[in-house]
Amino acid sequence: MAISKVVSGPVAALDGVKDDMTLMLGGFGLCGIPEHSIAELVRRGVRNLTCISNNAGVDDFGLGRLLQGRQIRKMISSYVGENEEFERQMLSGELEVDLIPQGSLAERCRAGGAGIPAFYTPAGFGTEVAEGKEVRVFEGKPHILESALTADFAFVKAWKGDAAGNLVFKATARNFNPMMAMAGRITVAEVEELVPEGSLDPNAIHTPGIFVQRIFQGPDYEKRIEQRTVRPQTPQS
Amino acid sequence: MLDKNGIARRIAQEVQNGWYVNLGIGIPTLVANHIPEGLDVEFQSENGILGMGPFPHEGEEDADLINAGKQTITALPGAVFFDSATSFAMIRGRHVQLTVLGAMEVSSNGDIANWKIPGKMVKGMGGAMDLVASAENIIVAMQHTNRAGASKLLDACSLPLTGVACVKRVVTNLAVMDIKDGAFHLVERAPGTSVDDIVSATAGELVVPERVPEMDLS
Repeated sequence: MAISKVVSGPVAALDGVKDDMTLMLGGFGLCGIPEHSIAELVRRGVRNLTCISNNAGVDDFGLGRLLQGRQIRKMISSYVGENEEFERQMLSGELEVDLIPQGSLAERCRAGGAGIPAFYTPAGFGTEVAEGKEVRVFEGKPHILESALTADFAFVKAWKGDAAGNLVFKATARNFNPMMAMAGRITVAEVEELVPEGSLDPNAIHTPGIFVQRIFQGPDYEKRIEQRTVRPQTPQS
Repeated sequence: MLDKNGIARRIAQEVQNGWYVNLGIGIPTLVANHIPEGLDVEFQSENGILGMGPFPHEGEEDADLINAGKQTITALPGAVFFDSATSFAMIRGRHVQLTVLGAMEVSSNGDIANWKIPGKMVKGMGGAMDLVASAENIIVAMQHTNRAGASKLLDACSLPLTGVACVKRVVTNLAVMDIKDGAFHLVERAPGTSVDDIVSATAGELVVPERVPEMDLS
C-alpha cells in the first residue's frame, strides 16, 4: 500500500495556510488553475500573500479573485495582461510585482524542487531583468544567475490522480503544475477525478506522488475559456 | 503596402521543410495559415504543445487545450504535450529552428523591445525574453511605424529591452530588412511601396542596395 495523501476537500487541504506565506499556483492563463484551492484561499481571507504564478487570472476569476480582496502583497509572474485590477494595483504601487521571463520562472520552480539553488540562463541578459544579477560568460555568450524558487504551499490542478498523489495532466493544462508540485513544502493537488490506486499506468504518470502531500477531488470545474477562437464549419458534402 | 496577412505570407516563405517553429501573439500567429503545401513544419506553443493545429470547430473547444495567446486550438495527429520547463528546454536548447514575434521597437544592432511602456503598459514579457535570448533565427513581424506615425526601426530602442543584438530579419508592411553590422539592410519592398517610402519611414540607419526587388507573394 502506498502512503495515502487523500483529504476530504479544500478546507482540510489548506489547513495551515496563513497570512504572509509564499504560495505557488499552477496554470497558464486560466488553463489548469487550482480553482477550488483559490476559492478556499478567498474564503479563508488570508492576506499579505506572495503568489508565484505565471499569470494573475482575470478580474473575476483565478488569482484575480485574490487581487480583488487585496489578499496579495507581491506577485511573481511572467505575464499579467488581461487583468485591469492587477494593472491598477501595480501602477499605483499597492502591489509589488516581480516580472520574470517565463522559461526562467519554470526553471526556477523546477530548480527549487530539484535541490539546485541557482542556474545560469541567457534569458534577460542586457535587460531590466538582469539588474543586480551576476553575469558570467559561457562559450562566448553572457548569462545571468537566477535563483531557485520554493513555496510554503504549492497548489496544482491535475486531470487524474490517485491516493498516493500520482498525477496525470490533460493537454496544455499541464504547464507549470509539475514544477510547482516539486517546489512546494506542502503541495496540494486537486484533481478532476480521484482514481483507485493501481488504475493509473505507472509508465504514464506525469508527477510522481512523492511531490504531493495532500490530494482531493474537486467537483464541477468551471474551466473558463479566456479566448474562445473557432474556425467556420466546413460545409457537409 | 502589405496588410497583416501579407506580412504573414511573406514570413511563411522563410520557413523550411522539417523546421520546428514558434509563433508569437498577433501577426506571427497568422504565419501558420500561409505555410506552403507539402512542407513538413511543426508549430510549438510555449505553454506546452508541439504539433499545434488550427482553431477548433464551434462546439469542439476544449478549455484544457490552448496556445500561448490563450486561444482555443486543436492538436494534430502526432502532437505532444509537455510542461513549461520542458517547453523552454526546447527553446533555450535551440531545438526550435525559427521564432517569429512582434515588437514595439527594433534597433539597427538587433535589439528588440516589446514588453513594457514605463508608467503606462506593463503586461510582462511572457516567454519573449527566453525566446529572443536563445533562438538562432528570429524574425520580427510588425508595422513599420506606430499609431502616431513614428518609425519603429531605430538606432537605439527607447523602451525597455526584451533582448540585445538578437533580431536577424524584420518584415513589415513596407519592407523586408536584414540586420547586420549595426544597420538595417533593405532586402525587398512591399508591392506598391517605393524605396523613398521606406527610407522616410525608417529612423535607424538603413543601407539601400542598388536594386531592391519587390516581394513576390504569388
